[in-house]
Amino acid sequence: MIRLERVTKIYSDGTEAVREVSLEVERGELCVLLGPSGCGKTTTMKIINRLICATSGKIYIDGMENTSINENELRRNIGYAIQDIGLFPHMTVGENIGTVPALKGWPKARRRKRAKELLELLRMNPVDFIDKYPRELSGGQRQRVGVARALGGDPPILLMDEPFGAIDPITRVDLQNEFLKIQQELQKTIIFVTHDIYEAIKMGDKIALMKEGRIVQYAPPADLLYRPRDEFVAGFVGADRGLKGLQLIRTKEVMWRSPPTTKPDEEVMAARERMEREGIDWLAVVDDEGRFTGWVLSSHLEEGRKVKDIMSTSAITATRNAVLSEALSLMLTSGPNVLAIVDRSNRLEGVLTLQAIQNALREAAQKEESQ
Amino acid sequence: MLEAYQFVSRHPEMLAKWAVDHLWISLVAIGIGAVLGITLGVFITAKGREPMAEVVLYFAEIMMTVPSLAFFGLLMLLLSHIGLSAIGFLPAVITLILYGQLPILRNTCTAIRQVDPALIEAGRGMGMSQRQLLFKIKLPLALPVIMAGLRNAMVLIIGITAIAALIGAGGLGVPIFRGLRNARMDLIIIGGVSVSILALLVDGLMAMLERWITPRGLRG
Ligand SMILES: Nc1ncnc2c1ncn2[C@@H]1O[C@H](COP(=O)(O)OP(=O)(O)OP(=O)(O)O)[C@@H](O)[C@H]1O
Ligand SMILES: [Mg+2]
Repeated sequence: MIRLERVTKIYSDGTEAVREVSLEVERGELCVLLGPSGCGKTTTMKIINRLICATSGKIYIDGMENTSINENELRRNIGYAIQDIGLFPHMTVGENIGTVPALKGWPKARRRKRAKELLELLRMNPVDFIDKYPRELSGGQRQRVGVARALGGDPPILLMDEPFGAIDPITRVDLQNEFLKIQQELQKTIIFVTHDIYEAIKMGDKIALMKEGRIVQYAPPADLLYRPRDEFVAGFVGADRGLKGLQLIRTKEVMWRSPPTTKPDEEVMAARERMEREGIDWLAVVDDEGRFTGWVLSSHLEEGRKVKDIMSTSAITATRNAVLSEALSLMLTSGPNVLAIVDRSNRLEGVLTLQAIQNALREAAQKEESQ
Repeated sequence: MLEAYQFVSRHPEMLAKWAVDHLWISLVAIGIGAVLGITLGVFITAKGREPMAEVVLYFAEIMMTVPSLAFFGLLMLLLSHIGLSAIGFLPAVITLILYGQLPILRNTCTAIRQVDPALIEAGRGMGMSQRQLLFKIKLPLALPVIMAGLRNAMVLIIGITAIAALIGAGGLGVPIFRGLRNARMDLIIIGGVSVSILALLVDGLMAMLERWITPRGLRG
């Protein structure tokens, strides 16, 4: 889908920003460009949509050389989220998202419909936001709109330069998860720039680790973690590979799928029996609609009462797409060594236990030893 | 003072005529000057034309330092030489247009240069042509500052139009110069005060216009 062949960029002041980079990204794949500041990530990306002209080398998009396509035509079919978001302050959220559709000549009603769809996709209420101006948005909302704008013309290819850069870690994790979910549905071909190794491992199907304008290793995240090609890669990946490995695993892969539950009106006696039968010291409490409301722990059991009298309510939950490192930190704040995994309407889908995370860590460590 | 008041109440139609002439000359000058100045300003701000911008702005600055009376004189010579009407409306408007160029050019250039490069890059990256970048991004964002330049130019022009009466263009300069020749204080006061009021009024109106055309997303 995207192929770079020995691409080099030397700026007019002599800076060799990109040297002999070759890279191939398959259709539907998310390729992360990772590396320290100044290693040439942004430059590589801008060469693809011809914002920067390569000094030598070739870029093919769907088998066609990118210089053979009219540059504006090319760019309208490659979604682009720039490093500084760059929302147009004089346009509403809807108009911003409709930029490429407008350039493609879509009528107004269709542009607005598209903007609404995309806002919904990024979990922003269209009614509230479509007519707002960028200055009325929070940082996280702006980044969402930036991503929505890149998706505006429904391009098959996306270039995203640190799209979740300037936001707090919690919002960032939310956005990452939502974006991954969207990507599962849309299957775009994406080049995603970051200098955050955690983000790279989590988001990438493949990671191209760059250093001083060259690609040092281009491989799936697990390979980068467990089979680093040289000292630089190993150093960049860092020592705590086991923990980073937790970024590679999603809760749905290791959670307990129909976990034992109880209801608020159940007798405590019955709850105790179930715990003993399952050999665990907790039960998830769900209401009649299956929504998670809290935990009953064996240490709280008291005879002759109802579950609702002794349960501890809890709102700390994660989704099935959360990676284990996020789930672990949530679990540590939630108290019990279990974490409820819920869907969008808070219905319980599973339970993640500390035991399951430990097992995953152990497996990861074994992988590392066996390399 | 009293005489001035008496004159106005006796000949309101004369004052009205002078004021309307004055305003008309100024408006024609600012209208043409705006088109000219903004177009030229946009043109010289394009990439690679920095030296041209320097030269053009330099000339506009020099223009401002030439006494307007001297310039009227020069222009009269020039126009009569090429067989055009050397007095009245035409030379007045030409002079006024030129005097209004500096604030318009300067503000247009500054405003366009001030547009955040990230926004231009975003626009380019999404496939906007140079033309679309100009009309969809640069000009809307530059508009408030350009408008402020037009306001400056307009106040300046209203002032200089008073002098244009000397070359027979009419306007509120007529009572001023007539008063000077005939030692009629009342006429001088009428002309002077009216020019000031007109300038203030137009300035206020244009300030409102400036607010009104500022894109909503940019209003603080
Ligand atoms: N227009 C330019 N002219 C000259 N040198 C440039 C230009 N743009 C970038 N560079 C240099 O090229 C190198 C690569 O820059 P680039 O922006 O691609 O890095 P990056 O990996 O995106 O960094 P960051 O993580 O900080 O965004 C840097 O040394 C930078 O200083
Ligand atoms: Mg960069």
